[in-house]
Amino acid sequence: MAFSIYDFTSFNQAIDKALYNALPPVWALIVEMTIIGLVFLLFYALVGLFLVYAERKVCAFMQNRVGPNRVGPYGIFQTIADFIKLLMKELITIKNSDKLLFNLAPFIVIIASFMAIAAIPFGKGLHAIDFDIGILYVIAVSSLGVVGILLAGWSSNNKYSLIGAMRSGAQIVSYELSVGLSLLTIIILAGTMQFSQIVEGQATGWFIFKGHIPAFIAFVMFLIASTAETNRGPFDLAEAESELTAGFHTEYSGIKFAFFFLAEYMNMFIVASIAATVFLGGWMPFHVGGWSGFNHIMDFIPPFIWYLGKTAFVIFLMMWFKWTFPRLRIDQLLNLEWKYLLPINLVNILVMAFIVLMGWHF
Amino acid sequence: MSAESLILFFIVGAFLVGIAILFSSYIPPKSTNPQKSETYECGIPTEGITWLQFNVGYYLFAIVFLVFDVETVFIFPWARVMKTAGTKGFVEIIIFFFVLGAGLLYAWKKGALKWE
Repeated sequence: MAFSIYDFTSFNQAIDKALYNALPPVWALIVEMTIIGLVFLLFYALVGLFLVYAERKVCAFMQNRVGPNRVGPYGIFQTIADFIKLLMKELITIKNSDKLLFNLAPFIVIIASFMAIAAIPFGKGLHAIDFDIGILYVIAVSSLGVVGILLAGWSSNNKYSLIGAMRSGAQIVSYELSVGLSLLTIIILAGTMQFSQIVEGQATGWFIFKGHIPAFIAFVMFLIASTAETNRGPFDLAEAESELTAGFHTEYSGIKFAFFFLAEYMNMFIVASIAATVFLGGWMPFHVGGWSGFNHIMDFIPPFIWYLGKTAFVIFLMMWFKWTFPRLRIDQLLNLEWKYLLPINLVNILVMAFIVLMGWHF
Repeated sequence: MSAESLILFFIVGAFLVGIAILFSSYIPPKSTNPQKSETYECGIPTEGITWLQFNVGYYLFAIVFLVFDVETVFIFPWARVMKTAGTKGFVEIIIFFFVLGAGLLYAWKKGALKWE
């Protein structure tokens, strides 16, 4: 079995072949599915726990505090302790709530983010599903989470939750457009929607460099729009704690409350990995044309380290936004999308199409 | 892995939530208290009902979004083949964007994008 940390394709095929040789097809399929399911479950939980810790640390350092530092070295086990605590808390059911929808909401937000993570390429040959419409799929699935948020707000029978959910709906629906349009700019340049081909296309240079100014504008647009789409940062109107108590998840307790947070952090991770994959080259190492020695050194770093590094960079940017900008008002939020981002994006697409038409990109 | 394996991700996602909620609803200690199951809202007792008719205010934005989202879905196939479509594809998308821009301008002038 050829195992290499630079290319997982042969490794995956070897496991696949070994399973199908050893077992009847049905069982082989079941075992394979179980392995993949467990790996993704573990990955999902670990990333979620780590991101909560990272957010608290980043926030603390930006506010000149120390942050969590008691549980384990540098407080790294803090989120695990929090998780166990939340798991051991009683689940309170609200008397006047709509029980079915109230219980359904956490399922929807988690399933939406879990399905989106299936299409993300973590390394060469290291992805669960490689759709030929990958980008469209991720946009479609990740925006399903808003249904969960709307249900949560509606079913809690609480005015502030309802207002928060409505705001969140309007916000996600609006910024959805900008996310789609800024990704379209890169699809024009790449000529494909498949994630693996998009990454392959960046072997000679990341799209943010290849596409000149329009690609850079699209990157900035994507960052703004995706921050808004994940209900974070200066756009966290849905849970504005100073006006709406906690927004759509006020009535949730224990582990159900934790799932809303987990989904929020995982959405941030998904959005950051799309930004890293589409604009910053995914798992492709950083190359400078002509510097062959430098390029060789960069090639030694495994692809998934590159991928995680770029994703971490984008996530750090989003945390930076959150802890430095004041929250927007709802009218400012909608103005920003409909009167600025949307027209700029439409023009940007035309400029990019013109550049591709004239062959001015690298 | 083919597209059918999406079902797997659906099941695993549901499993993650389901098992945790099942655990949480049986294992942790429970105490009953008549005030506990009241709506919390903001701490003081709630007034009136929540599920009533009201002016959402985001309604017009939702309508405009619907228009633009359908347009975006139309742009996706074009963007996919733009590299090979050449000048013809470019001219066609300019006409398409002209109509789209006119729609946005109309909504803007009509005040659909104004928050009140």
